Amino acid sequence: MRALDIALASGSIRLKQECTDYSEAIFLAGAALEQSGRTEPEYTKQMQDAFVELGPYMVIAEGIALAHARPSEAVISTGLSLVTLKSPVEFGSERFDPVSIVFGLAAVDHDGHIDLMAALSELLMDEAKVKILLQAENESQVRAMFG
Amino acid sequence: MKIIAVCGMGIGTSVLLKMNAEKVLELLGVKAEVLASDMAKAKHDALDADIILTTPELVTQLEDMPGIVVSIDRVFDLTEIRQKLINVLG
Repeated sequence: MRALDIALASGSIRLKQECTDYSEAIFLAGAALEQSGRTEPEYTKQMQDAFVELGPYMVIAEGIALAHARPSEAVISTGLSLVTLKSPVEFGSERFDPVSIVFGLAAVDHDGHIDLMAALSELLMDEAKVKILLQAENESQVRAMFG
Repeated sequence: MKIIAVCGMGIGTSVLLKMNAEKVLELLGVKAEVLASDMAKAKHDALDADIILTTPELVTQLEDMPGIVVSIDRVFDLTEIRQKLINVLG
């Protein structure tokens, strides 16, 4: 899962955040992408708009959302951000609400991030690792999982 | 055979679906081209697809496509993807 360690650049991980609704949660994931140099602020807006447009399908598993928008000029480089929430929030997903973990994804194109998605898939299929993610208090606990 | 995985933006769920469908098809020994696409492009890309993979929220937007639409609840669940693909592959 080295691909995740690389994709989550410095500044991209924010744990146990307080937030009140899905829009704020997506904003936090976008802000972490910006802070780690992956995106311009416009991309955060695009992620929020994308959620309004297409909705809860971005909640991809129990309690886990993958916030993203289309590749755009506001994306500087392909990468991820990770936000965990102190209290879960509703994203409007019938199947997987409420959400406690939000990944922000920025991609410069449609197919240059397959390795990254494979690593993310591997992580999210591992219940023990998801539990560690949920409980992590600091970044080193998260990075230790990526090996 | 052509299979297309569709999501709203074409970089998240569709890529996960494509990867996991490829894994399943390899294990089943089925030769197929699997593409990831977004909803806007799918209206064109999916016209000649035999099977369209997507998530429940997006199924209604793809129902007028000629291919068989397969709705996957859990994009990480290889067992679900395998079973549903076997059902439509016959």
